[in-house]
Amino acid sequence: MFTHLTTECRPQLAAKVRLRLDQKSHCFFMLFPERGILLNAVAGEIIKRCDGINTVTTIVDHLMQTYDDQPRQIIETETLNLLQQFYTRGLIRIES
Amino acid sequence: MNKQYRPYTLIAELTHRCPLHCAYCSNPTTLLKYRDEIDTDTWLRVFREAEALGVVQVNLTGGEPLLRSDLERLIEEAHKLGLYTNLITSGIPLTKQKLIHLRDAGLNSVQVSFQSLNDAVAERICKRPALNQKLIVAEWVKAVDLPLTVNIVLHRENLHEIAEIITMAERLNADRLELANVQYLGWALRNREALLPTKEQVDEARLIAREAKKRLAGLMEVLFVIPDYYAEFPKTCMGGWGQKFILVAPNGLVSPCHLAQTISGMQLPSVQNFSLEEIWFESSGFNQFRGEAWMPELCRTCERHNVDFGGCRCQAFHLTGDAGKTDPVCSLSPDHHLIESAKNQTKNTTGVPYNFEYRPGHGS
Repeated sequence: MFTHLTTECRPQLAAKVRLRLDQKSHCFFMLFPERGILLNAVAGEIIKRCDGINTVTTIVDHLMQTYDDQPRQIIETETLNLLQQFYTRGLIRIES
Repeated sequence: MNKQYRPYTLIAELTHRCPLHCAYCSNPTTLLKYRDEIDTDTWLRVFREAEALGVVQVNLTGGEPLLRSDLERLIEEAHKLGLYTNLITSGIPLTKQKLIHLRDAGLNSVQVSFQSLNDAVAERICKRPALNQKLIVAEWVKAVDLPLTVNIVLHRENLHEIAEIITMAERLNADRLELANVQYLGWALRNREALLPTKEQVDEARLIAREAKKRLAGLMEVLFVIPDYYAEFPKTCMGGWGQKFILVAPNGLVSPCHLAQTISGMQLPSVQNFSLEEIWFESSGFNQFRGEAWMPELCRTCERHNVDFGGCRCQAFHLTGDAGKTDPVCSLSPDHHLIESAKNQTKNTTGVPYNFEYRPGHGS
């Protein structure tokens, strides 16, 4: 099974994933069994909004407010790339 | 004091007591007894100190962690500290009600380990019938909405089951499948002659695992850990000595890995005498194999010295008698013939009946 994410998708964290704000780096940790990924600031902004309600478009809208010097097309592509990677690793779910 | 290292995972080895007797158990061959175990308050302090040091995950393991009557309380505290908790269990002493209590205390995920899908093989490995209970427990885990990891330790007698195991994990709706070959230390080293697979077995299993990993991407995480005897270079054992993991044994001894205390002369302090912070940063045990100064020239000048850090120190010690040597599984190691001869022996002993040396169940 292979799904390509689109801007209409409403990503959410997989059941095994918890987010934790790291006191040492002030970045978000994505925690899952026996592993963890320390997210950079942008990835953290994306992942913390993956609640199954926000669409990718909404998430990009939020990012545009902070990173308004970047063309929307680039932010959208990079957001989709990141989510696609996490989806393939089973860290993000998409309700179908 | 060198503050560059940060432990991310606490391995809380709560007890060495276990209902199973697996012939490849990762516990040391000298097991601790119930009366050696540290009390609840000490564990709670360990969790708090671990979190303050930077730990974000706790693996609750053993032995069988469910044999600690304070498990729920420990999970509650870990949860309060925002630590991600994995229960690593045989499933044997579990009831559905108990599982619900643990979940409500804040447990984040459960790993159930299997020996084989063949009753006779499973019983031969762990010396009691266990398969049915494990399947039931795995179903409960999903039924109460906890993420499930199915773990199976692979060796000569069950590697051929790999496709069947993948199907079972799919049927159970596992979130994660660990197909982990035996690493030949501790009990497994004692039984190596019977457990070590052939290269053909490993290659075939690896292909099947690779296909499953691709096919199940996004649905189930599939991990295949090869036996390091069949790798060209050593594994990055524990992510490097004293770099990412901190293990607390049932008696409070603190160690960089499961078997560090089996290295002669290794000085490991106890949480009963020191704080975790002092131990992590200042103890001679944790500092002994950090950095490059200790490395043999072969490793120090190797381009992989920051990838595998010279491999497993325990393996170097148990195979060569010197924990400071290059891990013999490295194809460049002067001791690599030890690995080659073990593999050659495998070709001759396959199919020959063998009596395992089993670990005792409750410490002895």
